[in-house]
Amino acid sequence: MSRYLTIDIGSTFTKLVAVDSEKEDIIATSSSFTTVATDVTIGYKKALEKLYDSLGEKIKFDKIISCSSAAGGLKMCAIGLVPELTVEAAKRVCLGAGARVDLVLSNHINRSEVEEIKEKKIDIILLAGGTDGGNSECVIYNANKLGEAGISIPVIYAGNKSAKDDIEDIFKKYGMNGYFVENVMPEINKLNIPSAREKIREIFLKNIIEAKGIKSIENEIDKVILPTPESVLRACDLLSKGYMHEDGLGEIVCLDIGGATTDMYSMSSPSAKRMDVVLKGLEEPYAKRTVEGDLGMRYSATGVLKALSEEEIRLIDEEFDIDLAKELNFRNEHVDCVFEDDAKEALIETIIGGICVDKAMYRHVGKLEEIFSQMGLIYNQTGKDLTQIKYVIGTGGVLIHAHNPTQILEKVKGNNPLVLRPRNPKYLLDKDYILSSMGLISEIDPLLAIKILKKHLKEI
Amino acid sequence: MKTIVIGVIGADCHAVGNKIIDYVLREHGYNVVNVGVLSSQEDFINAAIESNASMILVSSLYGQGELDCRGMREKCVEAGIGDIKLYVGGNIVVGKQNFDEVKERFIKMGFDRVFAPNTPIEADLPFIKEDLGE
Ligand code: B12
Repeated sequence: MSRYLTIDIGSTFTKLVAVDSEKEDIIATSSSFTTVATDVTIGYKKALEKLYDSLGEKIKFDKIISCSSAAGGLKMCAIGLVPELTVEAAKRVCLGAGARVDLVLSNHINRSEVEEIKEKKIDIILLAGGTDGGNSECVIYNANKLGEAGISIPVIYAGNKSAKDDIEDIFKKYGMNGYFVENVMPEINKLNIPSAREKIREIFLKNIIEAKGIKSIENEIDKVILPTPESVLRACDLLSKGYMHEDGLGEIVCLDIGGATTDMYSMSSPSAKRMDVVLKGLEEPYAKRTVEGDLGMRYSATGVLKALSEEEIRLIDEEFDIDLAKELNFRNEHVDCVFEDDAKEALIETIIGGICVDKAMYRHVGKLEEIFSQMGLIYNQTGKDLTQIKYVIGTGGVLIHAHNPTQILEKVKGNNPLVLRPRNPKYLLDKDYILSSMGLISEIDPLLAIKILKKHLKEI
Repeated sequence: MKTIVIGVIGADCHAVGNKIIDYVLREHGYNVVNVGVLSSQEDFINAAIESNASMILVSSLYGQGELDCRGMREKCVEAGIGDIKLYVGGNIVVGKQNFDEVKERFIKMGFDRVFAPNTPIEADLPFIKEDLGE
C-alpha cells in the first residue's frame, strides 16, 4: 500500500489531494490561500494541517509531488520564421508544455520586439526557424539579435539542425544561457514536440521554480514539478487513451475558464475523419492545448467584450435584459468580486463563461474550406475535427462553482457544418478538482490515476 | 543537396503525376518538399521559405492554371524569395490553345519555365540542372 500527496500551487489557492493506492481512491483534500509573494510554504503548511485534520491523523506519505501555476505560470516567447509553419510549431510546443505564450515573433526580429521579451518578463525563449537543412539565415540573425540585447534568460534552440554550430558559437560569444533540442518542425508540416517539451520542463524545474519562490518547499517534495496545465494535459491524455486493461473514454475535450485565460484541451486523432477532405497545414498533435489570453471572467473580461461583435452584444442584452458591456467592465475593474446567491449575477456569470467557451472552442477547432470542383464539393481541412468527441470535461473554479455548468459547457457545440465543433457530447465535471492532481499521480501510477479519474468525474 | 518544392495548385486534385514527380526528382538527388494536391500559392511559398528551396515546381492539370498562378511571383518577391526559380507544367490551360501564346503569358507572370502538356518530368531534368547551376 502506498499513499501519495499531490500539491497544486495556484496563484490564489494551494490545493492538496491525498491518495491511497490500496483503496484506489482519494482519502482527503484540502486547500488554503497561496502566499507566493511572501512564502509558498505558509500556504502549503496550512493546507497540510487541514488535510491532517480531515484525516484525523498525521500520516506519512510515500511520495509527495507537485505542480504549479503560481506567479503567472510559465511565461514563454515563441520565435520562428513563417507564421503558419515554424512559428506555429514553436507556439504549439510551448502550449503543450503547459506554458503561457505571452509573445510570438516571426521572421527577422527587431529591437523593440526584443525589448518586449524583457518587459513581459518572459521566463524561457523557444527559438525555432527553418526545417532541417532549410533556412538558417533567419534563425542565426535572430540569435544574434537576442545576444546583442544581452538576453540572459534560458533560450532553447529548436530550429534547423544545420544552423546548430553557428547558434552554439553565438550563445558562447554572448555568454547566453542556451540549450539545444531537436527541430520543432524538421520537415514541412511535421510537428516534433517531445524533445523541446522535455527541455522546457527541465528548465522550469531547475530555474523557474526557484525564481518563483517555490524552491522553499522543494525539499519536502520528492520530485516532478510540472506546470499545472501540463499536469492537466497528462491527465486528459491518460483518461482518453486508457491504461492497460482500464479503458479510456476515447476522444475528449477539456476546458478550464479562469479569471485571465481560457484553456482548451482536445484529445483526439488528428487524421481526417471523412473521405471528402484533404488535410492542410501543420500536423496536429493528439493531445492539443490552446490558451486564450484575452478570454476570462475577471482580468480578461474586457477581452471578452472585444471578442464580441456589436450585434452579438445587442442580442445578448436584449435576450437577458442586461448591459453586458457594463457587467464585463465591472468585473475587469473588480477582479476579486464574488457573487453569492444572486440569481441575476449567476446568470451573468453563466453568460460570460459561455462566451469564453464559445470563442475559445471556435479558435481551437478545425475548419473546412469549400472547394467546388466538377467532381462535386470537396474540402480543405485545417485543424482538428472534433465532431465525434464523446465527452467534454469542465475543470477549474469557475465551472466547478457555476450554478449551471452544463449551460456553459454546451457552448462548445455549434451547427455550422464548416466548423468542426463537437456535435453531441456528454458533459463531465471535475467537481473535486482532481484533474491536475491525477496528472501528477499518472507519473507514478497511471493505473491508479485513471481509476480515480473515472470514479470522480461526474456526468452532469 | 538542392531543395525543390512541388505540388498541385488550386482546387486541382489530380494526384498521380505529383507522386511521379516526387519520385523522379528524389531519384535524381534532389530534396523534395511536396505540399501535395489542393495547394494554395501560400502553401508553396511558405514551404519554400522554411526549407530554403531553390525552386518551386507547380503542377496544374485541370485547366485553371492561369487563374491559380496569377500573382505568384509578386508574392515570392514580397516574401523575400524573389529570386527563386518558378516552373509550371501539366495541362496548364483549358483545351487546345496555341502553346507559344500560353507560354508567353506565363513567362510574363514571372515563371522561368513553362512546359507543354504531355511533357514528362524527365524531360524537365536538364533544365533544372542548368537553372540550379549544377
Ligand atoms: C485520372 C484523371 C482524373 C481523376 C483524378 C484522380 C486523382 N485524384 O488523381 C479524376 C476523375 C478525379 C479527374 C477529375 C477531373 N478531371 Co481529370 N483526368 C484524369 C486523366 C484521365 C489522367 C490523369 C493522370 O493521372 N495522368 C497520369 C499522370 C502520370 O500524368 P499527369 O497528371 O499529366 O502528370 C505528368 C505530366 O503532366 C507532367 N507534369 C505535371 N506537372 C508538371 C509540372 C512541370 C513543371 C513539368 C515539367 C511537368 C509536369 O509530369 C507528370 C508525370 O509524368 C487525365 C487525362 C490524361 N490522360 O492525362 C484527365 C484530365 C487531366 N482531367 C481533366 C479534367 C477537365 C478533369 C475535371 C475538371 C473534370 C472531368 N472531366 O472529370 C476534374 C477535375 C477535378 C479536380 N478538382 O481536380 C482534363 C484537363 C483538361 C485541361 N486541362 O484542359 C484531362 C486532361 C482530361 C481531358 N482530356 O479532358 N480526373
